[in-house]
Amino acid sequence: MSAREEILDRIKSALRDSPAVPQIPRNYRRETDKTAEQRLGQLVDRLEDYKANVFVVPAAGAPARLAELLAGCASIVVPHGLDPQLLSALPRTGTGDAGTLAVAVDSPERPLTVAALDAVDAVVTGAAVAVSETGTIMLDGGPSQGRRIISLVPDRHVCVLRAADIVEVLPEAMARLEATAPQTWISGPSATSDIELERVEGVHGPRTLDVLILT
Amino acid sequence: MSNTFLGMPTLPVFGRGNLNATEPFPQAAHRELGNAQLRANLGHATHTIRDKRLKVVAELPDWEDMRDAGSAIKNATMAQLPALLEQFEANFTARGGTIHWARDAQEANEIATALIRETGETEVVKVKSMATQEIGLNEYLEGQGISALETDLAELIVQLDHDKPSHILVPAIHKNRSQIREIFLREMEDVDPALGNEPARLAETARRHLRKKFLSAKVAVSGANFGLADTGTLAVVESEGNGRMCLTLPETLITVMGIEKLLPSWSDLEVFMQLLPRSSTGERMNPYTSLWTGTTPGDGPQNVHLVLLDNGRTAALADEMGRTALNCIRCSACMNVCPVYERTGGHAYGSTYPGPIGAILSPLMTGIKSEENNSLPYASSLCGACFDACPVKINIPEILVHLRGEDVDSKRAKAKVPTQTDLLMKGAEWAFSAGSRLNLLEKGLPAGRLAAGRAKVIKKLPGIGGKWTQSRDIPAPPSQSFRQWWAKEHGAPNAAAPGTTGEGTISEGGRP
Amino acid sequence: MRIALFATCIVDAMYPRTARATVSILERLGHEVVFPPGQACCGQMHVNSGYFAEALPVVANHVKAFDTDDYDVAVAPSGSCVASVKHQHQLVARRCGDGALEARAAVVGARTYELSQLLTDVLGVTDAAGQLGSHFPHKVTYHPSCHGMRLLHLGDRQLNLLATVGGIELVELPEADACCGFGGTFSLKNADVSSAMMEDKAANICGTGAELCTGGDASCLMHIGGGLSRQGSEVGTLHFAEILASTLENPVTAAGNVQLAGARR
Repeated sequence: MSAREEILDRIKSALRDSPAVPQIPRNYRRETDKTAEQRLGQLVDRLEDYKANVFVVPAAGAPARLAELLAGCASIVVPHGLDPQLLSALPRTGTGDAGTLAVAVDSPERPLTVAALDAVDAVVTGAAVAVSETGTIMLDGGPSQGRRIISLVPDRHVCVLRAADIVEVLPEAMARLEATAPQTWISGPSATSDIELERVEGVHGPRTLDVLILT
Repeated sequence: MSNTFLGMPTLPVFGRGNLNATEPFPQAAHRELGNAQLRANLGHATHTIRDKRLKVVAELPDWEDMRDAGSAIKNATMAQLPALLEQFEANFTARGGTIHWARDAQEANEIATALIRETGETEVVKVKSMATQEIGLNEYLEGQGISALETDLAELIVQLDHDKPSHILVPAIHKNRSQIREIFLREMEDVDPALGNEPARLAETARRHLRKKFLSAKVAVSGANFGLADTGTLAVVESEGNGRMCLTLPETLITVMGIEKLLPSWSDLEVFMQLLPRSSTGERMNPYTSLWTGTTPGDGPQNVHLVLLDNGRTAALADEMGRTALNCIRCSACMNVCPVYERTGGHAYGSTYPGPIGAILSPLMTGIKSEENNSLPYASSLCGACFDACPVKINIPEILVHLRGEDVDSKRAKAKVPTQTDLLMKGAEWAFSAGSRLNLLEKGLPAGRLAAGRAKVIKKLPGIGGKWTQSRDIPAPPSQSFRQWWAKEHGAPNAAAPGTTGEGTISEGGRP
Repeated sequence: MRIALFATCIVDAMYPRTARATVSILERLGHEVVFPPGQACCGQMHVNSGYFAEALPVVANHVKAFDTDDYDVAVAPSGSCVASVKHQHQLVARRCGDGALEARAAVVGARTYELSQLLTDVLGVTDAAGQLGSHFPHKVTYHPSCHGMRLLHLGDRQLNLLATVGGIELVELPEADACCGFGGTFSLKNADVSSAMMEDKAANICGTGAELCTGGDASCLMHIGGGLSRQGSEVGTLHFAEILASTLENPVTAAGNVQLAGARR
């Protein structure tokens, strides 16, 4: 008998008392009625609690704000589907002048190497949805977010989130996601509580998380 | 995909590997209690995490609703486990993953080794995983010439120190910052001797130590927190980003997961991803959660395997009173609130799974007859703090008592000479099964009072009672029992009329 | 109301004062107390030690003693023993395959109350000084025993009653909800861990500066008091029923074998 058959047999034997399959009481909150403004405020509060840097700007001001945020960087990477408008205020690339920024574009067709990703100063991505109650930003590998590796290897992650994509509770966010998409849920910069259970931000994942929320 | 079992019921097949105590719990506890540094470290850490957990749990108005849902979802999972496993397998396989089944620790280790050998690599990076700890994968791989590098900070600390984990969430909880600094200085290359003991500096040191390994790793081994049957999706919940590194960068990913980790559907995850972070690290959400379903072209490992592990889980499932122990989501809240764990630490439990959940899970997986594990169900004062804290409402005290019953019965069957406890219980059975018998026994109270002497305190009892008087006195018994007093006051039983009890007479007799 | 007292074995044999205080309180409220003479023990020592077969006759005896129409409600001055009557008895009967006993145990369990539960939820006591004449001019700290707190969900019932005793000074016990380490035979089988837990509890009690520690379970108080006594501490333990029973005219005094530190007034 194969291991598969044997284990399934063992399970069926263990369940020979035919335990009932209970109804699932789903009395927990699956949707809420916080206003957009309240959700935004809550998300900012939670992200700042995680030691992320949060910037709330009108959508029209996003390119300028992004340029300001990236002023100290020499190179960044972006996924192929990131809105090009967002990058419109960055200093012209490839001119070799001081203060300019090299922007590398990662795509499934032309993926960057790990070494290349390790060498850039920051990554700019979009986000699929965010949960204000837990301060969680979700990436689902969509064109504005790219391959999972690009938001991981660079030491700084600048995440651009539309305020319209903020929900309050986790069930609302999960309803918007496709389960089988490769996902990364991010709640603040990397952290550890492994030393005396005291939280310290900044380990292997990006040590800096900037969240630009567009209203 | 029917659950109906038509064959002959098989006897439970117990698990092996790092599930056994190597000595009885009281003996191990005695040694660990003598370690003042350990107790200070544990006291500090468990109190920190308790406060954090209480704070974030209190924030949610629907915490109890979530616990109810979580408990029901896990019960539903276990009741339909064969069908859900087959459904998971079909979905994971359809998306390019490969499933392997392992009856026990040995088989799982062999499968993992063969998969690593196929890649030609001799070094793998690892995400913290209880399942691989349980099967002793690292040691097995070492014997096969493959080195496994733990990348979780606490696991790394334990591995560098050639120690064993003592907690399922924070394996190095028994070490404080100064001890960790010393381990780094001793075991890592290129560490600045001026390294301080601030947690931030220590974490940075770990980052530098592991960075090159991550960026060049070809094979990773992980566990999984959840598997979703209706989509074939796996989830790993972590904080540091070491998990993301292992799950994203290498070409080959081998995940080892217990068969009980399934949830029926994607939407069930919405419950568990609220219960788990708040219960474990006391955070609203853990920094990173990764979800993958088989392979995704162009994104992450393309050679993806899952080893589904039994190793005694089916034996636990066969125990109708104990099977809810399999509902455990490894949050560690029970050990963080346990007054016994707080004082002994995790090593005293021997098994990979320490604390209250370990005290039931380990003997359920290995069988109560397994020599040393039969002391584990007694490693609890039954205070119930674990049950209150458990996000999936596992009634740990009730299962502990059930397993004590199994232990007593199994020893009874061996028909050995009765122990002192056996005799005590037999005597108490006689005395406590009729009021008249207890009354008879209570006639001896004045003698006990006399024996206590003028200090009216008993400082030393014989036999098993000596375990009490090693640290506690016993007051002199009263000169008469309550029932004797009552009989005198009321004559015939139950002839009392209201108001006949004399005021001010209650001060006679011993005070607690 | 006709109230059946379940004294519990430990109170019956070792702390009769606690049962007499319970009787006194209930009679002051105008209720009639009866003592079913067949009673002995709830059997939780057997159950919690895994001796289910030996527990069965003990459970059967309790059910037999209390399965009568001779009373309205039953009360015990113990959270732990009441939890056993309410939860464990049916479990023991079921495990031993005695369906009839299981059903009768459920009936008895439903009629049984812990003392503070009865006083608060059934008898409507909200002011111990006013309704019972309780007076106890001492500095007291309070340990909530685990089974009352977690199995019966007593909440602050005992503490609230104590707070309304005349003259009392209640001081908060740090880490009050931590187990004292008694745990029945746990105190023998894992004596070292049990002692370590007791020592921390004792240290917290002594740190409050209270003259004594009160609570609702004689077993836990015996454990804590036994530890304090061994350490040579002046601080004693006393069941809350005795504090409620103490009055200006008939104060609970230092007549016991442990002196009340600073009890003179």
